[in-house]
Amino acid sequence: MLREMTLGQYYPGNSILHRLDPRVKLLGTLVYMVAVFLAEDVTGYALGAAFLAAMIICSRIPLGFMLKGLKPVLVILIFSVVFNLFLTDGEVLVSVWKITITREGIWRAAFMAMRLICLILGAALMTYTTTPNQLTDGIEKGLGFLSYIRIPVHEIAMMMSIALRFIPILNEELDKIMKAQMARGADFESGSFLRRAKALVPLLIPLFVSAFRRASDLANAMEARCYHGGRGRTRMHPLRYAGRDIAAYLIIAAFLAGMILLKIYAPLAYLSA
Amino acid sequence: MAIELKNIFYSYEKTADRAARVVLDGIDLTLSREDFTAVIGPTGSGKSTLVQHLNLLLRAVSGDILYDGESIYAEDYDRKGLRSKVGLVFQYPEYQLFETDILSDVCFGPRNLGLPEEEVRERAVKALEAVGFSDDDHTRSPFDLSGGQKRRVAIAGILAMQPEFLILDEPAAGLDPQGRREMLDLVRGLHDSRGTGIVLVSHSMDDVAGYADRIVALYGGRVVMDGTPREIFSQRDKLEEIGLSVPQATQVADELRKAGMDIPKGLITVDEVAEAILGYMKSHGGSAGRNRQC
Repeated sequence: MLREMTLGQYYPGNSILHRLDPRVKLLGTLVYMVAVFLAEDVTGYALGAAFLAAMIICSRIPLGFMLKGLKPVLVILIFSVVFNLFLTDGEVLVSVWKITITREGIWRAAFMAMRLICLILGAALMTYTTTPNQLTDGIEKGLGFLSYIRIPVHEIAMMMSIALRFIPILNEELDKIMKAQMARGADFESGSFLRRAKALVPLLIPLFVSAFRRASDLANAMEARCYHGGRGRTRMHPLRYAGRDIAAYLIIAAFLAGMILLKIYAPLAYLSA
Repeated sequence: MAIELKNIFYSYEKTADRAARVVLDGIDLTLSREDFTAVIGPTGSGKSTLVQHLNLLLRAVSGDILYDGESIYAEDYDRKGLRSKVGLVFQYPEYQLFETDILSDVCFGPRNLGLPEEEVRERAVKALEAVGFSDDDHTRSPFDLSGGQKRRVAIAGILAMQPEFLILDEPAAGLDPQGRREMLDLVRGLHDSRGTGIVLVSHSMDDVAGYADRIVALYGGRVVMDGTPREIFSQRDKLEEIGLSVPQATQVADELRKAGMDIPKGLITVDEVAEAILGYMKSHGGSAGRNRQC
């Protein structure tokens, strides 16, 4: 189940997007998400979608792989589309029994779908092009100024990267424990809800024990290598902005400016929802 | 009674491109309950994958497995029943313990079989006894035991289901020499006293030599050798070709023979080789007996 989830997975590559500084990508994604909420009409969403499409092309990630990221949120997507489609008041186009579809409903549903797709694909694009380690590096350095107000940024980033690193390990461990308990006749698939919940005990206890054991091993291994937290620690690959990162910031700024201008001077305002 | 594997193919990738990562590549094998069978092979040869097929934890892409003449892939086959008849002990089974005391943990298997509570307890007590725990130990926490003890509790958890076949994946891994010997003696004892069919996965030739009746060697997902330990370990070149070797005792005997000592071929255990060396020394008037401990 977990294995099939693509959202939040790295897609190996060497495109311009892969090579960008993670800080650019983090801030860029944030700006993009805010900008998508600025869109109010067709032109706004068109610009947002075009920008995303251009980024996807730059990333050289196959479209099919990108779209797979939408799968986990498909239900939410369908729900919001259906609700907006049928429950918006306005100029009635079709009316069958109690169900009416209005012109405004169609627009609003389309906009809602666009907005969700842009948000999810935008976030997915960042995680596809950035390894978890780069991501936490980016967060650490990008939020480094917070350490002046005594927020342990390095420690938080370290915890994040360790947590991410442990996901596949614990997943594998869970698989092993599950098989072992199945060999002892455990049944995880049938029975009432309560029974199935109880059946998880023989999985969760060994998993927790193993997680604590691994955590303790890791702590020992880090101490043995003289890990002492963030103070005075240098990096093997320090993050440094290159020309392309500056260019990327400018492109993002231009995009944001475009979205704001479109909001102010919405040329097709009559189509807005 | 036997488990028959017929032309088993298995691949971890479920893609059409089967050549990509075929793990089992046409296994034909009959495992008899009368045998203590050892499955050997280098890392990645498919040993662990193979044994998981025997109790339906993995399902072959193609091929068939018959248990006692019945196909376990039949639609209405009793899976739970099979898992009680074919007990599988994984590598490092001590990590699967979860109860607050060892008796409750051992009860887990038989309870899952839907047996009456009295029989569950009775079986658990017997299984713990078989692996060397007395009644006083029943209330001990599995997390307070030593590694070897935990492993014995885990094995008892399978034994309590009273399987007809017991499959063990590297049961001696990570134990000290004495622990290894005790573990293998325990397994051999189960075979001899209860008539449990044993399938032991191992990559230690020394462990296998002294205990197994039959050895099956896997390489690249195929059965490449099958015979008695003596037959298998007389083919040193072939074993070395697939990244395995002969037991250390056999290596010593081979070297001594090369150096001119008159030692017979086909010796595989430490005791046999020690005996042969002693015999040689006696017949040549050497100071026999000084190094009795090999």
